[in-house]
Amino acid sequence: MNPMLTALARLLIFPGLLFAVPAAWFFLWVERKAVALMQERVGPPFMQPFWDFVKLLGKSTPPRPGIAGFIMRAWPLIAVGSAAGAVGLLPVLPASGGFEGDLILLLALLELPSICIIAAGFSSRSIFGEIGSAREAALSVSYNIVFLLAIVSIAASQRTFRLEALAAMHPTFLTVLGIVAILICLPAKLHINPFSLPNAEQEIYSGPMTEYAGPELAMWELAHGLEWVAATGLVATLIAPHIALAWGTSLLAGFIFVVLSVAVVLLLSVLAAATARLAIDSSVRFYWQCTLIFAVLAISSALFVRFWL
Amino acid sequence: MNLWKRLMCTARRKSPWLFHMNSGSCNGCDIEIIAALSPRYDAEQLGVLLQGSPRHADILVVTGPVTNKAVNAVKTVYDQVCGPKAVVAIGSCPATTNVFIDSRTLDGPLDKHLPVDVYVPGCPPRPDAIIAGVVKAAVLLAERGSDAPKPAIVIAGTAAEEVQP
Repeated sequence: MNPMLTALARLLIFPGLLFAVPAAWFFLWVERKAVALMQERVGPPFMQPFWDFVKLLGKSTPPRPGIAGFIMRAWPLIAVGSAAGAVGLLPVLPASGGFEGDLILLLALLELPSICIIAAGFSSRSIFGEIGSAREAALSVSYNIVFLLAIVSIAASQRTFRLEALAAMHPTFLTVLGIVAILICLPAKLHINPFSLPNAEQEIYSGPMTEYAGPELAMWELAHGLEWVAATGLVATLIAPHIALAWGTSLLAGFIFVVLSVAVVLLLSVLAAATARLAIDSSVRFYWQCTLIFAVLAISSALFVRFWL
Repeated sequence: MNLWKRLMCTARRKSPWLFHMNSGSCNGCDIEIIAALSPRYDAEQLGVLLQGSPRHADILVVTGPVTNKAVNAVKTVYDQVCGPKAVVAIGSCPATTNVFIDSRTLDGPLDKHLPVDVYVPGCPPRPDAIIAGVVKAAVLLAERGSDAPKPAIVIAGTAAEEVQP
């Protein structure tokens, strides 16, 4: 098939926008419902994130004149675009294309929404937005070291930066260690408890989102949902080697991908419901002191495997 | 009515986000609002969420008899809520200034300053009544476009409710 067409189909249909947007709403609902069930509540109805999204689209926004207003409106769109691109890069279907080094592009696209959040908080000029952005920035430099080291150690042990090859690898002790490290970083990446500092509701209103309203806020919600899909999808593709090759059919590969993603979402939601928010110094200390040592061990053993064995 | 408008109506009815504004209340009604959002009453199954920022809210939930100090804050926060929006007055204070009537430190009741849509009387009202009032405000929101709010008096959670058709 034409590689251009394949790339477009991946971005727009599966696992791109046509799949990812409903999946984003579904994951947001799973998260809220899991928290509700943990608190012995009924929780929101199934369509709730969809209704929230539609309602926000229909609300008015305060006037934002000038170039500052334009920039402020642009951040959520950039975040949605990069998160959707990250989802589109995931190697779900067999022989889905991809290129050498697409892992690096995926990491960059996964990082872009959080940079957008930092910039949005500062460009909104709200004091709460600025505090939230500063927290997000501090958190980002903490978990990203571990996150990137874990992924690089997996890639180095497999001697490739190509996602498709990583998705088809046989699990080793090193990759399991790397996946655990990625899972530890995901709550911080997705801003859920115990690392929900940037948008800590009871402390700083909504953090960087405080000044956003209506359709702009809807785009932030969508970007957050797409981040969920991309981050859990990355873990799902790394956990299940040969999901496509072993069974041979695309349909089953897609199904296993969805089931694994939902399992990761459930795991993270239960963790979020069971924990309270840590202070910023505890969060930073957790990543720098407790998990960094394992990440360094992982990458050094990966390099050892790569060069000496 | 076309499909998009009907979808929007349903969405507004099913997703009322609150902003809680205290205009000099004794904290009694505020505690009842928190109780209405707590696991026992679980307002989230109706889509109700308490938001930290007035920019995100659809419904402004006001308690207290509007003291002189709070007047400007109430007006500012009302303007910060993006339309379409509704105002719910929780308790007897914002409706009538209650026992503080004729006090020189008050500039109430609330409808002197804002178009109030739903009154939830009580001192304090029960959480069920607060939820009923919020749901009525959400229905009003669904009927209302993004144009200026029309005042429509609704009393929620009282015996009068059963009498009305």
